[in-house]
Amino acid sequence: MSLFQTLRFAFGGLAANKVRSALTMLGVLIGVAAVIVLLAVGNGSSQAVKDSIEKLGTNALTVSSGGGFGGSRSATVTKPLTVDDARALADPAAAPHIESVAPETTTSETALYEGTSHTVSQVVGTYPAYFKASNSKVTHGDYFSNDDVLGSRKVAVIGSTTATDLFGNADPVGRKMTLGGTPFTVVGVLATKGGTGFQDPDDVVVAPLPTVQNAFTGFGSIGQILVEAKSADATTQAQNEITTVLMGRHGIKDPTALDFRVSSQASLLTTQADTNKTFTVLLGAVAAISLLVGGIGITNIMLVTVTERTREIGIRKAIGAPRGVILGQFLAESTLLSLIGGGLGVAAGLIGSHFTIVGIKPVIIPESVVGAFAIAVAIGLFFGGYPANRAASLRPIEALRHE
Amino acid sequence: MTPPLRWPRRAAALPGSKPDEGPWAPAPVIEVRSLIKTYGHGDAAVHALSGPLDPVSGEALGVELVVQQGDFVAVMGSSGSGKSTLMNILGCLDVPTSGRYLLDGIHVGGLDERQLSLVRNRKIGFVFQSFNLVPRTPALAQVELPLAYAGVKPAERRRRAEAALTLVGLADRMDHRPNELSGGQQQRVAVARALVTAPAMLLADEPTGNLDSHSTEEVLAVVDRLNASGRTVVLITHEDEVARHAKRVVRLVDGRIVDDVRQAPVDGPPPVLRESGSLVGGGR
Repeated sequence: MSLFQTLRFAFGGLAANKVRSALTMLGVLIGVAAVIVLLAVGNGSSQAVKDSIEKLGTNALTVSSGGGFGGSRSATVTKPLTVDDARALADPAAAPHIESVAPETTTSETALYEGTSHTVSQVVGTYPAYFKASNSKVTHGDYFSNDDVLGSRKVAVIGSTTATDLFGNADPVGRKMTLGGTPFTVVGVLATKGGTGFQDPDDVVVAPLPTVQNAFTGFGSIGQILVEAKSADATTQAQNEITTVLMGRHGIKDPTALDFRVSSQASLLTTQADTNKTFTVLLGAVAAISLLVGGIGITNIMLVTVTERTREIGIRKAIGAPRGVILGQFLAESTLLSLIGGGLGVAAGLIGSHFTIVGIKPVIIPESVVGAFAIAVAIGLFFGGYPANRAASLRPIEALRHE
Repeated sequence: MTPPLRWPRRAAALPGSKPDEGPWAPAPVIEVRSLIKTYGHGDAAVHALSGPLDPVSGEALGVELVVQQGDFVAVMGSSGSGKSTLMNILGCLDVPTSGRYLLDGIHVGGLDERQLSLVRNRKIGFVFQSFNLVPRTPALAQVELPLAYAGVKPAERRRRAEAALTLVGLADRMDHRPNELSGGQQQRVAVARALVTAPAMLLADEPTGNLDSHSTEEVLAVVDRLNASGRTVVLITHEDEVARHAKRVVRLVDGRIVDDVRQAPVDGPPPVLRESGSLVGGGR
């Protein structure tokens, strides 16, 4: 019996029960596609985190108000962060490892331009140092300057999403928009950061701090202070300097009872990346289980097929089919099931990975494609082997008497 | 795939040269010695084949049967007489509890699974009462199947299968599936499948049991012609009408041979063809 002959018999066997074969293949298909897509989603989300770490710049530190984790606040009254705190941090004598400091106040306002209304999720009032520390680059137009801050000028740099939503295809630079009742002149558009999560980092308006305070938040406390260390290695020292300076300013003696928090964005995102890895492994495990279930489906169907065709096996043996041929035929059938199912699963997985799933752009791991396909075929061979072997070792008379 | 087994060339083809293992001029195709088949154990044991009992010890001695080349034997008996069990053992589908079975001089009990499948493929053509065609398979592919298992090349396979189907008068039904054929046609496909490998003998287990009288005549005519051309035939039946075609009639009762009648000589055409005078295929 040639290989071709065996394959033809196998195809015939599968075609004899099309619905059943198709459903079995569907099981494998779903398993393989699930492995590919879910791993791609997990991988995509950690990829996105990695990208945002790079975008943030690893030197950035954020000082925000509020106690640290586990800090007892019993005696202290939380003092809000002020512009003066930021000015103190900018003193090179007290904090030699700090490159620049940008106080930051954030609000959300509705922007209007020629009848188009758009709610900007983030309106940031800050200093020009913000752009470097937060790794925001202007691609079109210009940044606002220190003069603009000193003069409280009503100028703004806007994110790419805000630009398209508000101005459409028109060039926003030089145009006036109304932000919460105050007219602002757009001077620049930021590069698209792109990102994951619930907040679009490109839906942003950055304006001089006094302007925003004057118009919206008032001259009191500020939300947070963005600090840029001299280098990535200097972030730890910079963190210590910030703590020392602010403890002095806020009159805190006990380092465990701080009323502010210094966090490095990079370390935060590393933690998130680790979480993502766990997430990916979990997704992979779920997908692997569904692949296994698909494999059990093959075994089940092959067992049913063998039982159903016991008589046929008896006939074939009675006219001289050797054991190997019967074994080969059933193995070929189960392998074909898994091969076709796996192949379609790979196709479905590759297609499915082109869509954005819950805000995450899946990134295919090539090993997962090869691995899932190989495992599916191996499952077909392995799980098909048992029923095939049972079929092949039947005595012809027993098989013939089977009803 | 598997290398063909080399069977010792039978001396039957060469008159004058005697085989060294037996006194018969042409060695028998079937030689059964002390064959016993028991189902179950202990008190529940059923003796399907036991042969005569030893008058002294009361033990079963087993069935003895010798069938010469070219013979046409009808095995008769009521249901439960062990005739089907005997047939299954002769067809290497079942194994005896004890005793020796020599097929064309080969001790079948000593063969392994792979060799047994070769024996079933090359030496035996088996025709069942219930046709037992492979479902969903056209007649031509059906008849090609044993040749495919034997490793015959596709072109040669096709040629021989077409010849076999033509021989049974189904040249115009080659592409029909079993469910598109009448009972008699299905049985003739089964006969074509059984003889396509040119086996040493044709075994038929009530080949006409499920057929009407017209189809019975068709199938028996094919079997008669095959026997007339020299093929050994053993068939089971309980119809005297069918047994009339055989050269020898063996009757089984309760697992024992009680009667063994010769109706025509081993050499020469089967009785039906002899009577009608049409010597199709001729004697030898």
